[in-house]
Order: sequence, then C-alpha cells, then structure tokens
Amino acid sequence: MPMYDMNKILPGLIIFAGLMTFPIWYNSGNAGAVPKPEKPTNAKECVRPTDYMRTSHMVLLNEYRDAVVRDGERGAIKDAGGVEYDEKSLMLGCMKCHVSAKKFCDECHTYAAVKPYCWECHIQPKETN
Amino acid sequence: MRVLYPFIAVLALVAIAFLGVKVAGLQYLFGVVFPYLAFAMFVGGFIAKVLGWAKSPVPFRIPTTCGQANSLKFIEQNKLDCPSTFWGVTGRMLLEVFLFRSLFRNTKAEIHDGPKLVYGSSKYLWLFGLLFHYSFLVIVIRHMRLFVGHVPGFLHTLEAGDALFQVGAPLLYQSDIIFVLAATFLFLRRLINANVRYISLPADYFPLFLILAIGITGILMRYVLRVDVVNIKQLAVGLATFSPVIHGEIGTVFFIHVFLVCTLMAYFPFSKLMHMGGVWMSPTRNMANNSRMVRHINPWNDPNIKPHSYADYEDEFREFMTGANIPVEKE
Ligand code: HEM
Repeated sequence: MPMYDMNKILPGLIIFAGLMTFPIWYNSGNAGAVPKPEKPTNAKECVRPTDYMRTSHMVLLNEYRDAVVRDGERGAIKDAGGVEYDEKSLMLGCMKCHVSAKKFCDECHTYAAVKPYCWECHIQPKETN
Repeated sequence: MRVLYPFIAVLALVAIAFLGVKVAGLQYLFGVVFPYLAFAMFVGGFIAKVLGWAKSPVPFRIPTTCGQANSLKFIEQNKLDCPSTFWGVTGRMLLEVFLFRSLFRNTKAEIHDGPKLVYGSSKYLWLFGLLFHYSFLVIVIRHMRLFVGHVPGFLHTLEAGDALFQVGAPLLYQSDIIFVLAATFLFLRRLINANVRYISLPADYFPLFLILAIGITGILMRYVLRVDVVNIKQLAVGLATFSPVIHGEIGTVFFIHVFLVCTLMAYFPFSKLMHMGGVWMSPTRNMANNSRMVRHINPWNDPNIKPHSYADYEDEFREFMTGANIPVEKE
C-alpha cells in the first residue's frame, strides 16, 4: 500500500523516536559511577536507622532547621542506639562525623541531580583536595 | 458504570502491582520486563499507527476555514484561520499544537428563561487543558534525571525553576500541584457538565484515572512515603543502558508507580491518547486552502478514464440534445 506525505511524516517519526529514546543514546551504554558516600570513622550509628536516613534525612534536617531557626530549640538528640548528641546543628552536629560535604553529601546529590541550598546560609567549610 | 468500571480497573492495576511485588516478590518482572515491553509497545505502536494513517490519501483540500479565504487583492485574507501558503499553515499548526488555539475559541451554549439561547466564551477547558499538558511535559522531562548517568544542565535549570519557592524538603514542585489540580478539573468537567457526561465513555475516564493515579503515587513517593532515589536511579539508568540491576531496598510504591506508567505506555497507541501524533496529521488543520491556485489530483483516479469536459459531452450528444429541445452552446 502506498504511503502519502512521507517527506513530512518520516522526519516527524524520526524526531519522535529520537526524543523518546533520549536516555538511551545520551547514556550510550555508560551508566556512570554509582555514588559511594564516605562512611564516618568515629561512629557506627546515625541519629536514625540507615534506611530512614537514606530516604528521609531531608525531612529530619528540615525539622531541625525549623526548630533551631524559628523556635530557637537546639535541644540534644538521641540516636537509635541511645547515644546523645549535643545539639541540632549541621556544622557542629552532622558534620562532626560526616566531615566532608564533597565526599559524603555531594556523592548522592550529584548522582540524583539534587541541589540542596544548605550553603546559601551556612558557609561551606573549605575542603582541600 | 462508565465512571465506575475504569476506576475499578485502575484500582485493580494498583492491586496487581502491590501483590506482585509485595507478596509474590516479582521485582524483576515489574521493574525490568514490563518496562521494556511497555516501552517497545509504546514506540513501536505509535510508529505503526502513524504509518497506518499515512496510507490514507487525502486528495482534496479540507481545512476548516475559520476566516476570509485568499481572494481579490482588496479583500483582506485571514492568513492564520484560512491559510493558503506553507507559512500560514505552519503558523496555524504551531499555535494549535503548542497553545491549543482552537480550544481557545471554545464557546458554550446555554438556554435561559424565555426561552432564550445564549452563546458565551468558555476558556476553562483551554486553560486547564494547557496547564495539564505542560505540567505533564515538565514532569516527564524532569524524570530524565533518573535515566541519564550524567545529568545535563538544562535539567538542573528546569528543576530549579519548578521548585522556585523552595517549599519544604524534598522541595515542592509547582508542576506536581498544577498537574493534579488540572487533571482533577478535566475529570470533574466530564462528571458535572451534563452534556459532556452524556458523551463520555470508559475510554475517556480510564486514561484520566490512570494518569491521576500515576501523579498521586509519584507524589506519595516523593513527599510522603519516600523511597531510596539512588537505588531507583541505578535501576532506571540500568534500563536505559540495557544492563538493569535491582539493587538494595526499593519501596513497593515505586513498582506501583512504574506499573501504572507501563500500562499507560502499552495502552497509548490503541487509545485516544494517540492525539499526540494525530494532532500533527489532522487534514482539517494542516492543509493550505489553495484549491483555487493549485490543481489537486486524486491519486486513486483510474488513468484510463479521461477527463470529459462539457464541450466534449455536447459534441457527443448534440443530436439528441437538439432533438429534445435542450439548448446547446454550439449549433
Ligand atoms: C507518564 C510518566 C510519569 C508521570 C506522569 C510521573 C509522575 C510523577 C510525579 C507527579 C511525581 C512526583 C514528583 C515529581 O514530580 O517529580 C513522580 C515521582 C517519581 N517518579 Fe514518576 N512519573 C512518570 C514516570 C515514571 C517512571 C517511568 C519512573 C521510573 C523510574 C518514575 C519514577 C519516579 C520516582 C522515583 C519518583 C520520586 C522522585 C523523588 O522522590 O524525588 N516515574 N512521578
């Protein structure tokens, strides 16, 4: 059966197929590196279990941010294993163990294309290497 | 029933994915096999459908003319609504595809006491239709961050723009809210407006419910239940590089979300959703009204049947015509 207007329909279909397969040809077989966040050496447990931290740490950080900035509550927190931390604080709390933003936070954030705006208020510690 | 059955169908799809993953442990089937199958059906089915359409000749010019046609020099032509050139048609098509111009002209008719028939402009369908399609587009483009190993800059820009107000963590996307609201409007329009309800079929409700369910599971996944995005991205990039791995903990809600998307992709080429391809191919929009400038020949004309002009006809039948007192041009 003859087809009509193929001079217009064929380019259209090629554009369609090109757009739909974007991830395939853009990656062209290269899956990229899987993130390997650097684990702290000075502690075994975080303030919540790992599963929770992997999916929901941002919620916790947001709660702490609101508690500290809006209500002035820097109260101590206990972790899953009962260890106490002095205060809700990014620089003086979290980053005591997770010392490097580059080697810890950014690993996954870059991979997942997430750009948290921590350093719009906090001054990011200078990291050599 | 026409509303209820498609609703139950979507609930059943959710249940199938939930049971399949949670009870039967078929992560690989729902995370790898179905996505590949559905994607192949979507792209292959879409192309097959369009090629099927390409087999229909459209020999005559049938554009809907919504304005003054090209005529004498002193009569102004409406170049967009009755285009006679390539560029006129291009303008008309671009405005149609990207701004839904013909929906913008939507009117409604109402009968008031009297009885009096009143026509008025009705822009809601245009507005929510446009919001729905663009938020859908933005969401799908944003999802590409999960499928490409190295995320290109324009995706970062889109992300930042969509989460402009920096509400909460994870950041709230405006497109998510607009998407659900607009899809809800499109559903309520079919339900509440008696005229539209009368002509609405299960095939109209099913895609709406399916798309809403995709949106709702996605939103649940991001803001409420939360999932391990790194593990999911490993799977998604794996799919795009033909080396899929299911690694670590991935929430069931993700498999429900993806199964609904698979259903949508597989269903797409067989449904009214093919208007995505069809809008480009509607002859009532994409043809120039140039019948008075160009002779269009019907491709299925039998070449053995020669044109028969009136002069020839008269030559052939002159005797009988004059005999029957029918006036002839040549004596
Ligand atoms: C028709 C296609 C799809 C639609 C309309 C859709 C819709 C949504 C929506 C509205 C959200 C909420 C957050 C956001 O807007 O990013 C979402 C989240 C999500 N979707 Fe989809 N989705 C689609 C396809 C897919 C596919 C194929 C995958 C497979 C990888 C997927 C995986 C996810 C994930 C992992 C999230 C959570 C993202 C996060 O937590 O940041 N979606 N989806």
